[in-house]
Formats: sequence, C-alpha cells, structure tokens
Amino acid sequence: MREVVHIGRNPSVEPDLQELVGRVALGDEEAFASVYDNVVSPVLGVVRAVLRDQAQSEEVAQEVLVEVWRTAPRYRPDRGTAINWILTLAHRRAIDRVRSVEATAARDHRAAVMDHMPEYDEVSEQVEARIEREQVRRCLRTLTELQRQAVTLAYYRGLTYRQVAEALTLPLGTVKTRLRDGLIRLRDCLGVTA
Amino acid sequence: MTTADLHWMTGAYALHALSDDEREAFERHLPDCEPCEREATELRATAARLGLAVSMTPRTAMREHVLRRINAVRQDTPDAGSAARPQRAGARAGLISRWALAACMAAVAALGGTAVWQHERAESALEQARRAEQGAGGIATVLAAPDAAARSAALGDGATGTVVVSQDLDRAVFVVSGMERPTRGKVYQLWFADGTAMRSAGLMDPERGDQTVLLRGPVDGASGMGITVEPAGGSRQPTSPPLALMNLPA
Repeated sequence: MREVVHIGRNPSVEPDLQELVGRVALGDEEAFASVYDNVVSPVLGVVRAVLRDQAQSEEVAQEVLVEVWRTAPRYRPDRGTAINWILTLAHRRAIDRVRSVEATAARDHRAAVMDHMPEYDEVSEQVEARIEREQVRRCLRTLTELQRQAVTLAYYRGLTYRQVAEALTLPLGTVKTRLRDGLIRLRDCLGVTA
Repeated sequence: MTTADLHWMTGAYALHALSDDEREAFERHLPDCEPCEREATELRATAARLGLAVSMTPRTAMREHVLRRINAVRQDTPDAGSAARPQRAGARAGLISRWALAACMAAVAALGGTAVWQHERAESALEQARRAEQGAGGIATVLAAPDAAARSAALGDGATGTVVVSQDLDRAVFVVSGMERPTRGKVYQLWFADGTAMRSAGLMDPERGDQTVLLRGPVDGASGMGITVEPAGGSRQPTSPPLALMNLPA
C-alpha cells in the first residue's frame, strides 16, 4: 500500500517527510522506501518537464533519488523543507543534464518558447496532484504575460535568464526582474512561507 | 556585477537560471545579505511548487531499481555544525529485529526473490479491509478485533499485501491486491515464519488477484510471514525462494 502524501497543503495529515529524511540520514532503508513513495512522482515530473525525453528523465530521476539517499546526512532542515530540498535537487540535476548536452549540441530554443506548463498524458491523476496543478495554473494566470513566460521558460524548460532574454527578445535586466517579481507574485498567490 | 545587481538575482537563482559563475557570486553574497537569503529560500520553495504541479507516475520497476541501487551507495557524513537531526526512535516495538529482517531480505535477494519493503502506515488498508469484509466470519472477527494491527508492503509488479494480526485471537488475515496469476498448475502458498522455520498458513485462490485470506492456524508467536509459489495443492515446506517475506505487526 503506497502512502499518499499531502505535500505543502495539509501539514496536519502529512506523513512527516522531514522525519523520514532524518531517519534516512541514519541509514534507515525502510524510511528511504517511504521517502521514495512520497516524492518519486514530483521528482520524475520535474525532470521530465525539463528534459522531455522519457528514458533520460527516468535515468536522471533515479540518480536524484540515489543522491537523496547519499546526501540525506547533509540535509539541513533549517534551510528549507525536505520536499523543497528534494525538488530543488531534481530541478538542478535535470538542468545539469540539459546544459551538459548543450555544450556539445545547440538546443532549439524556439521550440522551447512554444509553451509553458508541460502536459503529459501519463500525468498522475491522483487528487492531490490535480489540485496542486490547478492551484499552480490559477496562480500562474495572475502573473503578467512576460512574468509567466519568463518563469515557465526558466523552470519548465531549464533556460538560463540569458537564454530567456534571447528567446523573448528582452533586455537581460528586464528578464532578471521579471523572474523575481513573477516568482514573488506566485509565492504570494500560493501562500508559500518558506 | 555589483552587489545591487545581486539583490535582483533571487528569482533567477531560485529557478537555476544563472550561469555557474553568477551562481557562485550570488552564493558568496548570500551570507552577507539576510533579506536576500530569506527571499531566495522562499522563492526556491515557490519554484518547488511549480515542480509539484507536474507530478508524474513512474514505472513500478523504477522503485526496485532505486531501492537496489542504494544498497551499494555509501552515505555522506554530515557537515560539521549541521543542525541536530532527529534521534533514532528507539527500537520500534514489535519489529522483528532489523538485522533478522535484513538477513532474511539478503537471503531473498540472493535467491532472486523480490525484497519486500515495509510500510508503517497500514491503517487505511485496515479500514478498507474492515469495510470490505464485514460479516465474513473469521476474517471479519480478526479485522474487527480491538487489538488488530496491520502492516503493508509492496510485493513487486504493482501488487501490495497487508497482513492484519490480532494477538488476542492469535489469528492473522492477509489482504492482497494486484497479484498476478501464478503459472498453470501452481499456487501461492502462505507461511508463518519463526526465525528460519516456515509453517504453512494455507493457500491463496489462484484465480483472484485481489483477495482476503484468513491464515490457517494460530499465529503462535510467529515473527513474520512469507509467500512462495508451490505446485497446486501446496507443499509441506517451501520448495522455492519466497516471493516476499514480511514481518508481522506488533
């Protein structure tokens, strides 16, 4: 029986991911299996959004999860929640992969400009995931067009702000500030505290 | 890049949209700028929400790959001065010693069986099973027992099993879903495990992937249970490595 975790919205019923990661840090493999069940879907989703290739995404997602196991003893709860730590790592590793590939082959950024939030047919239709997606969509709509394009190109396509500037033909400074004020607006809409 | 520029970088930083050089410059700046650090943390948490919104269910085989891989990966040592981590919560009551279980699982892995991973939160399965089986004689009695305790495990290939034990009644029930049919002429046989000794606890219905079975005979202090594939009619002792071994709940 897989556990269903309510990440970020309903802390009172959330199996404590934080505590599980603490146990993983002590080498507890059972706790790691629970962490895996709780985070694998968003980890794969993030990586797939950036990489788009299914086989590569699975490979990178697995590396991320193994890295969670390896580096759990270094996780610092005072620097953010466990889910944020794990998803930040997933996004980082996906981007590392994209940029290492880019070093040898130029990527087609025009294709990347086409759209924002990825749609997958295989997306998990668990209620939690659907609610989360709807909420993020709703909040993304509160951003200006430029903010939304800049933020989604950077996050879901893994572009640097320079590449975003190029793709949207905007000055660098404008993109930097759009990324910041876009995320701030999103933060306030989603009620993110840290 | 000036310090003033760095203040505007929190968004790009949180989205991993800086070049390596810029990121390093920003991170060097962070300890000197408490508001930047706080904003960066919040915006990173916001970016994580963008990630949660694109959850995607992986293939079930991935779980086993990852759980197998970590066996061979040594963990880092904590950073000096890292925040206190939660204390190990003592030996959790009722668990077979972790070492005994680890030894069993190592044996299973060596035999090519599927290792079973314990999950602690089996209450919802217990509730489901209670509802589903109300009125079904011995099964219902066990599930409704005030001391009934449950433990769930993934059995591989998407199947899950939950064992419910009432120590007062000295009986156990096994609830399984998503089991593949055994090959023709074979059955799944259930066993109580006492250390290395296995005692037959009856057969499952080979036609049903989802079923609830009252384990045959008393629990009688058994520490775990296992499932093997046996010739139709069952065997006196297991003749194949277990598909799964799980310890019984407290």
